[in-house]
Amino acid sequence: MSAPAPPVVELRGAAFGYRGRPVVSDVDLTVRRGEVVAVLGPNGSGKTTLVKGLLGLSEHLSGQVEVLGTPLARLPDRTRIGYVPQRHTLVGGVRATVAEVVATGLLARRPWYRPATRADREAVLAAVEAAGLADRARFDVETLSGGQQRRVLIARALVARPDVLLMDEPTAGVDRASQDVLTSVLRRLADAGTTMAIVTHELSALRGVVDRIVEVDTGHVTFDGTPEGYAVHQGALARSSGRTAAR
Amino acid sequence: MSAMFELDFMRNALLAALFVGLAAPMVGIFLVQRRLSLIGDGLGHVALAGVAIGIATDRAPVLTALVTAALGAVVIELLRARGRTSGDLALAMLFYGGIAAGVVIINRSEGAQTGNLTSFLFGSIATTTRGELVTFAVLSAVIVGVTLVLRPRLFAVAGDEEYARASGLPVLALNILLAVLTAVTVVVAMRVIGLLLISALMIVPNAAAQQLSGSFRAANLWAVVLGVLSSVGGVVVSYQLDTASGGTIVLIAIALFVVAMVVGHVVRLVARRRHLRAERHAHEHGPGCGHEAVPHGDHVDYLHDGHRHAAHEGHYDEHSDHPPPAEGPDQDARHEQEVTR
Repeated sequence: MSAPAPPVVELRGAAFGYRGRPVVSDVDLTVRRGEVVAVLGPNGSGKTTLVKGLLGLSEHLSGQVEVLGTPLARLPDRTRIGYVPQRHTLVGGVRATVAEVVATGLLARRPWYRPATRADREAVLAAVEAAGLADRARFDVETLSGGQQRRVLIARALVARPDVLLMDEPTAGVDRASQDVLTSVLRRLADAGTTMAIVTHELSALRGVVDRIVEVDTGHVTFDGTPEGYAVHQGALARSSGRTAAR
Repeated sequence: MSAMFELDFMRNALLAALFVGLAAPMVGIFLVQRRLSLIGDGLGHVALAGVAIGIATDRAPVLTALVTAALGAVVIELLRARGRTSGDLALAMLFYGGIAAGVVIINRSEGAQTGNLTSFLFGSIATTTRGELVTFAVLSAVIVGVTLVLRPRLFAVAGDEEYARASGLPVLALNILLAVLTAVTVVVAMRVIGLLLISALMIVPNAAAQQLSGSFRAANLWAVVLGVLSSVGGVVVSYQLDTASGGTIVLIAIALFVVAMVVGHVVRLVARRRHLRAERHAHEHGPGCGHEAVPHGDHVDYLHDGHRHAAHEGHYDEHSDHPPPAEGPDQDARHEQEVTR
């Protein structure tokens, strides 16, 4: 029997922050292949800083961070981590099609002098289709709804076939109908075995997709377990705060 | 008209205009994308100091302007990358410092004579020498080559810097490269358009192209076409009407922008009126939505109650040649086909 594959993400006593000042610290977290983890927490709790730390966008200040068994700083191919940022504009002040935006997800995979190959173009169409936008591949992204634009960013992250997808608030500011489509896209990805970590405020939109919850508050992990366990944890928290208030 | 081509300086002028018209919009589109439309102006100010140094030290002003503008460009990008609020003020210092130093140095070496200065500020295409023309040709070829090869990367970084960094692209290097390309464009264009108006040819054709296209690729092509039309057309018109070439080029570019805006508006209006529209519905078609997908040319239609639905902006278009007739009054209201052909 071969040795078990290393976890997709493994943090031990990790701290991340900006300009040398930690925002989240003492984080122990292991994400295994195929897991879908929701990262919850109030505004300013450090959940986004944590996810950005895995992308090299916030500073890694202490502890161990390994992605796919390799220390983060030595990970040669960053596109193995797919990133879906929280964005209001997709391309800045110009027009661009869905396919043009999605194709940027492949750039880091090839040397600067090499143009896109046929395989690249096929990968772009496959990713656009996986995000449920096949009939809109040649649309100007400005004409899409907020939810569809979010799916363009998911397709851009998927196109390089990453080992893990990190998403920042994918359902925020998206109307109900598009949220349902978005959720079904996420569910399809989860069923296909995609490993995901989703920073979110709205757990209800991800019901049935998430199989683990990590709660971050005031810079520390305060809960790590199943959705059922999280409901119990919240109930206990509500009771204890109610008791304190009554006293 | 043909007399114009027999004049040596006009041939030079037309060639120089062609180079600028090609190169400037290709760099400019990334400045528009980054919403840094005015950076070309700033680098024009910096280049003026370089021109002054060249004149004062008896060196080729094109060369000294190139070095100064490129250095200025690198400094600007490094300041921006540090992301402090003082970056904005530092930019202002650099830009004003450039033009002030230019004026002071030129006055020191040429006394009260500022004729030379004016020729750089507003362009003086007729004084372009053969040697300078060769330099401009080489620099333009470099600009066009680099932007063509690196276009996908420059597009990615200008569109979403954070994502580009996360995916492992060398963001700072690409930003510095774009700034240096802008500086080189400024120097190539300074003889033709002048340092004060230089940014116009990088920005205005792109603004016009945005009105006429729905993709980055198409916008790029349109911008180059409109850029060459403005610059070469401007030189021809300025010869015929005996007007300043730089100003004429920019006015033509702006006129083309107005035309593009009107054309773009009319095209969108006509397209909206003549297409067959299916019902607005809350359901969004996609893989596994339960409706049969039918490939149709370059896109996919979805069969929905006998209608062929093709996504278009916020609704679905009817793509079948013979859509089934609506059955009852309430069906009619639900399907609300706008067949206005």
